[in-house]
Amino acid sequence: MTKPNRRDMFRLGAAAGAALIAASGRGARAASPPGAPPADNAWSNSLGHGVDSKPYGSPSPFEKNVVRRYVPWLSPTRDADASMTPLQDQPGIITSNGVFFERYHAGVPQVDPKAFRLMISGRVKKPLLLTLDQLMRYPSVSRIHFIECPANGATEWPAAQLNSLQLTHGMIGCAEWTGVLLSTLLDEAGLYPDSRWVTATGSDGAHMNRSLPMMKCLDDCMIAWGQNGEAVRPEQGYPARLVVPGWQGNVNVKWLRQIQVGREPWITREETSEYSELLGDGTSLGFTWVMDAKSVITFPCPEKPLTQGPGFYEIRGLAWSGRGKVKYVDISLDGGVNFQRARLDNPILDKCMTRFTLPWWWDGKVALIQSRVTDETGYVQPTIVQKHKFWGADPVYENNSIQTWQVLASGAVNNVQLS
Amino acid sequence: MLGAQAGAAQTPPPGSPHDGNAAKNYAGIVSKKNLQIWRAEGDGDGTLAHDKPATKPGYYGIGAVPSAAQIAGWTIAVPPSGAGLPAGSGTAAAGATIYASHCAMCHGGFGEGAHNYPALVGGVGSLGGSSPQKTVGSYWPYATTVWDYINRAMPFYAPHTLKPDEVYALTAYILNMNGVTRSDWVADAKSVPLVKMPNRNAFNWKDPRPVTHNIACMKNCVSPSSVKITSNAVTMNLTPRMTGPVDHMKAGQ
Ligand code: HEC
Repeated sequence: MTKPNRRDMFRLGAAAGAALIAASGRGARAASPPGAPPADNAWSNSLGHGVDSKPYGSPSPFEKNVVRRYVPWLSPTRDADASMTPLQDQPGIITSNGVFFERYHAGVPQVDPKAFRLMISGRVKKPLLLTLDQLMRYPSVSRIHFIECPANGATEWPAAQLNSLQLTHGMIGCAEWTGVLLSTLLDEAGLYPDSRWVTATGSDGAHMNRSLPMMKCLDDCMIAWGQNGEAVRPEQGYPARLVVPGWQGNVNVKWLRQIQVGREPWITREETSEYSELLGDGTSLGFTWVMDAKSVITFPCPEKPLTQGPGFYEIRGLAWSGRGKVKYVDISLDGGVNFQRARLDNPILDKCMTRFTLPWWWDGKVALIQSRVTDETGYVQPTIVQKHKFWGADPVYENNSIQTWQVLASGAVNNVQLS
Repeated sequence: MLGAQAGAAQTPPPGSPHDGNAAKNYAGIVSKKNLQIWRAEGDGDGTLAHDKPATKPGYYGIGAVPSAAQIAGWTIAVPPSGAGLPAGSGTAAAGATIYASHCAMCHGGFGEGAHNYPALVGGVGSLGGSSPQKTVGSYWPYATTVWDYINRAMPFYAPHTLKPDEVYALTAYILNMNGVTRSDWVADAKSVPLVKMPNRNAFNWKDPRPVTHNIACMKNCVSPSSVKITSNAVTMNLTPRMTGPVDHMKAGQ
């Protein structure tokens, strides 16, 4: 077996930091791991572990940096806080369940699926009380949708503040959700002509609830029990959550226990004190449900600098819209003076992340790179300057502005804002 | 969805506690304009009435019918009309005692907030200014939300454990600290919906978006000399470490 020598150890250690960025350039040689060709690596001369050693798999230990992270100064307490998805390490449009961003208001309850009940009540003809098994017997659908917290990017309203893709854009995840359409259950219970609103309530300590107009409930909302090939994760509302495609994350109520139907909205704390927008003139917007189109370059980014000198790189990123499908993504390398059209990867789905790429021959000079999405309604992602004009000087939510990354000659990448 | 079965015979008796709208009307509570907007949002400006259900009620026959007691236990949401508010009452004086033992450690002795927990008092009149302060008193449009939220979510460490009288008392105390109600005001199912919160009419419930109108310009969209960096996160020193174990940004970590 080959042991790494001291020089190799030094190189491996340096790979994580800025030292390698500074040392690299065209012709610089990548640190060779121990046992590179022509020799075999150690794992090529031995047996790996067997099928009985990891009944539930986990990422390679070398991927231990890929974790949810949070901004410690944002919230007084970890059980009413948010953690962010490491988008810089998400290769495609699906967010891994283990790193799907978290947001909750009273911690993650451990719901016993045997004790789970879903109640459909209020202004319906026949109220319903379902066990999880009964819920799962109803006709089901499976759909890929993003869920984004409207506070995603909140720290970036006043200025470029956090030098990180994960912390500025990671309050989003995209998953295949499997469950029952809410319309199926509302039909089963039977609605009246004035059954106009629903409040969905969670069984967590916050008893989190939001009002939703019946139009949306009958359109594409679903009660999901499946997430990316397994049961919905506890952090995502196990055993069943509401999915309200394209609308602000908070309405996708987790640990769901009740769908109450009424004539008027309830005006809950989460739709007044939070998730509303105070404008500069002292008036506020309530019910800002839809997440407007947004895109961001996920490579390069502050966490993923250009470490190998000038030459070919592929710019990669993700785009999405709460109003439908992504139509175009355009990329600027000069801070928004000129744009070129990116290539979109299939699938391009409704209210779902879409992956884009652009080949780039980097000349080693400072660049200001941006992506700008246009969705199928024709809505074009705005600049932060355009956003401030309506949303005032110091808003909290709905920051879907164009992100600028400054690529330095060293290959390091910073989060900047432009005039 | 509804046209076919619509009819007075199937409507629950008016004032039924579970119809989501027990109050006879919202007069004096919700402005006509807001009520109109809410109704239009809910039924999509009338398009909902033309919708047809895919199946009849009870078509699949899966699941039980909850008992009235089961429904009552979980039906805790209180809308601006006050529908669903339970019997009971409370005063600011009673609320002060409960607040001191159950709430002050996080929200401060006078509701000013402590340890970064939200303030519950202050900011009335500040919302249009340069340093707006959003609190229950300055920002929340309906007092029913105060009752509802304390009842469902507080105290933070033991949510939904307070009795109705205690929630009424805390509502009275917090509203009084905000100067919204007098110290002798009695909070109960009748009085709470009638409280006129200072910010009642400042909410626009109809989403005005799109409010930005960027164009997908491809060439010479702005002059290169106008592209100036106005802020750079690398100089802010606010970012936790993004590699290695999760950085809690604690001194000495
Ligand atoms: C252990 C700390 C703690 C205690 C004790 C506590 N709260 Fe809270 N309170 C919180 C936190 C945290 C939030 C914000 C929760 C969130 O953001 O979801 C909050 C939010 C609130 C809010 C909403 C504030 C706003 O502007 O949105 C009200 C009202 C409130 N609490 C009332 C009370 C009352 C009344 C009590 C006593 C019965 C109490 N709290 C006890 C921690 C506490």
